[in-house]
Amino acid sequence: MTKATATPEAALQGIGSSPLRKEDWPLVRGEGTFVADFKRPGMVHAFVVRSPFAHARFTTIDREAALAAPGVIDVITAQDLPDRGRPIPTRMFKDEGSNRFLQRPLADGVVRYSGEPVAVVIADTRYSAEDAAELLRVDYEPLAVVLDPDDAVAEDAPLLQPHTGTNVAGHLVVEIGALDEAFAGADLVIEEEFWIQRHAAVPLETRGLLAEYDAKTESLTVWGAAKIPHVNRAILARLLGWNDERRIRLIELHVGGGFGARGEFYPEDYLIPFAAMRTGRPVAWVEDREENLRATNQSREQVHRVEMALKADGTFLALKDSFINNTGAYVRTHGMTVPGLSVSMLPGPYRWPAYRGEYRSVVTNKTPGGTYRSPGRFEINFVRERLVDMAAHRLGIDPVEIRRRNLIDRASFPHDTGTLFDGHPVIYDSGDYVLLLEKALAAFDYEGMKRWRKEPASDGLRRGLGMGFFVEKAGPAEREYARVELNENGDVIVYTGTASVGQGVETILAQVCASHLGLPYERITVVHGDTGVIPEGMGAFGSRAAMLGGAAVMRASEEIKRRLLEAAAEELEAAPADLVLTTMGVSVIGAPLRTVSLTRLLSAGGGVIKQEDRFVCELLGFPYGIHFAAVEVDPASGAVHIHRFAVAYDIGRCINPVLVKGQIAGGFAQGVGGALLEEFSFDASGQPLSASFMDYLLPTSEDVPDIEVLITEDAPSPLNPLGVKGAGEGGTAAVGAAIANAVSDALGREVTRLPLNPQRVVELATA
Amino acid sequence: MNRKISVEINGQVVDGLVEPRLLLADFIRDNASLTGTHLGCEHGVCGACTVQLDGRPVRSCLLFAVQANGRRIATVEGMAPSATTLHPLQQAFHESHALQCGFCTPGILMTMEAFLREEPDPTPERIRSALAGNLCRCTGYQNIITAVRLAADRLQQTRA
Repeated sequence: MTKATATPEAALQGIGSSPLRKEDWPLVRGEGTFVADFKRPGMVHAFVVRSPFAHARFTTIDREAALAAPGVIDVITAQDLPDRGRPIPTRMFKDEGSNRFLQRPLADGVVRYSGEPVAVVIADTRYSAEDAAELLRVDYEPLAVVLDPDDAVAEDAPLLQPHTGTNVAGHLVVEIGALDEAFAGADLVIEEEFWIQRHAAVPLETRGLLAEYDAKTESLTVWGAAKIPHVNRAILARLLGWNDERRIRLIELHVGGGFGARGEFYPEDYLIPFAAMRTGRPVAWVEDREENLRATNQSREQVHRVEMALKADGTFLALKDSFINNTGAYVRTHGMTVPGLSVSMLPGPYRWPAYRGEYRSVVTNKTPGGTYRSPGRFEINFVRERLVDMAAHRLGIDPVEIRRRNLIDRASFPHDTGTLFDGHPVIYDSGDYVLLLEKALAAFDYEGMKRWRKEPASDGLRRGLGMGFFVEKAGPAEREYARVELNENGDVIVYTGTASVGQGVETILAQVCASHLGLPYERITVVHGDTGVIPEGMGAFGSRAAMLGGAAVMRASEEIKRRLLEAAAEELEAAPADLVLTTMGVSVIGAPLRTVSLTRLLSAGGGVIKQEDRFVCELLGFPYGIHFAAVEVDPASGAVHIHRFAVAYDIGRCINPVLVKGQIAGGFAQGVGGALLEEFSFDASGQPLSASFMDYLLPTSEDVPDIEVLITEDAPSPLNPLGVKGAGEGGTAAVGAAIANAVSDALGREVTRLPLNPQRVVELATA
Repeated sequence: MNRKISVEINGQVVDGLVEPRLLLADFIRDNASLTGTHLGCEHGVCGACTVQLDGRPVRSCLLFAVQANGRRIATVEGMAPSATTLHPLQQAFHESHALQCGFCTPGILMTMEAFLREEPDPTPERIRSALAGNLCRCTGYQNIITAVRLAADRLQQTRA
């Protein structure tokens, strides 16, 4: 290759290729810097003292003995905080009513869940902080608890905030079409109740922070930010009462997984910076696992009461759902996001002449809630896809066929479902659902699966097949920032307002830049997660990084190339279309001697060219997919063995096939946890029974089989110039649905509750 | 009462005056400043803190530093032969996309390095079984098994 020819796309390692990740090198060498690895001179340690009761009143916290303990620097309680601690606001799906249920950084007179922060001990080591915490005396007086969603709405329910007169923090009804008529004209109505258990993201790295205050400049630096550094900077400034949020710098280090929970603004995100200001010392805090399983956002706990109306030929007429979402003791930063997603996306990939969805989101004496990968959708895909299979069984129609008859057809896109999510209309941007179904049936040899299903299984095992068709959503938070800089050496730096939670955002944004700037991947560095370096950003959540962040990087890259080619065109007396940008300069295609160097082109700009972009997209993208499960169930032991699992997923456009498959495989593993293993249990007094990894079971390598994946790009999104839709959550979305359908098929019993742990499966098999 | 201990970590002797209750993991991370060993649960389930004690994988959150006195520890930082090259297992993890966030990776590498010394030519099923004591929340394990098999091939070629 001569210097002055365009580098072929494959050599650039741009969109569609799978270059080795930029992130890996320090991580495999043990040279990563996670927040617990980061140290500052003079740093001291915080330990958060948490309520041992799920609901209790207290009047005094006696801290004398703790303050006198060796190494202790300070003990902070609510009375030390300005305004006794200001409520942490919601950042998404705000609901006026839910503002009555916000959490303050420290409990003040009442604790409402086991694990709620009541004090912070600061000491020279974590060991001495924990010793001193044992000396704190709090005069708890236990109160009646409410735990289950149904109990929370009962007439005589104990109230978490008695002055509100209710435990209902949010309520919404969505109604589309002539519901009563549809039910009146139905040949079959199916009524069912479904339960989805409380489980959570549980990233392998627990939360942590290190905060340092500089009194001279009155500025704060906080390391350990994740997911949404700029958003959290604004919240922290507001809680501190600072007008100028630029006095706060949030810095992301390596982040050990997010999945929805990590990076939201928690009480500690205020308390640790506050402690640093108060003590004048850098303060470090690292959550331990037991705290993590009591204090970090939990998710998914919903009970649905559903009715579905059909014609005898399997045509869907109407769907009606009333559900209660258990949001835990307080409404945290996600507001009504989870039930809002459930109610707006329950209709899924099918035509429904009429739909009525209603949620009540209730507070209870459990750990507060938030999102977890495929939030609100893992739950409703289970509900809807179970109902569809029940209908198929009752009408004697094949489960594939009943879906095929009711899928939204390709001519109907963009398809307006008529629902809204957090003010955004739910309009499916593009799709060809039938095509994906046919491709998946062929790719995964569904006929072969059916033959396997009929073959006799050994040892009394029973075989079953199940599927789950789902629509995902991608890319809320309407804007994203990018800045691309190219220097005279041909090195590129991409600054992005998105964040890394371990998913590979540096790699994919470098690929987008490589394709659209035309310079090789290895010359591109991606910088993210530092509010001191990046002026704005919305972060990484809801499968939005590629869709919004990628589009901004693409447009900034193209603009740099355009500006350079235009500048060189004059000097080279050639049309820009006949020129190519390389790491050396701009040349005439086919005439490498006619080159103007980058040094010369960039001399006016001090050796660098910069381009900013802010990509705005008001609408959501809707990738879609199908999960297939083939299982063997042991009715005696209750064990569910996943024989095969396959995922077909249309994501509009695939930037990096290896990383997308990695996202799907990892998402699937989490779905297996939700379908079979993971559950936060509480005793009658609200004590958590799953506060260790011996009781809260994450899937191991022996629980998660290899999966087959089919990625298609048949329906690029018209909402962004890349056509991408986001691929982070489809691996999880319908695992509960598909496995529950397969277990129902195997046992000839209708599954209505998750998880399908051995006890539940045995009950089901012997019912 | 603090105890004087001396532990060889990755070939270097690290001395310390430590409380008897100090966890080995904290000694490695704080006293020896080797923070590649991560703490994921501190109760011996997740395997992120796995190091090798006299060549055998152990959970450093379940041992006290004093128990390692006079013994030999290997951590992930000792694996790569140089600043510019990787151990075959590390290289295979990189090439097979066997990590996402990378938090569990050091513990898995330490477990698998010892495993491949005992079983140089394992089947994927054997690898899956040997991996079951290490939790990974990101990958779904599939690519880790592929990576270990790839590393096994390369290590065998090197020995041959």
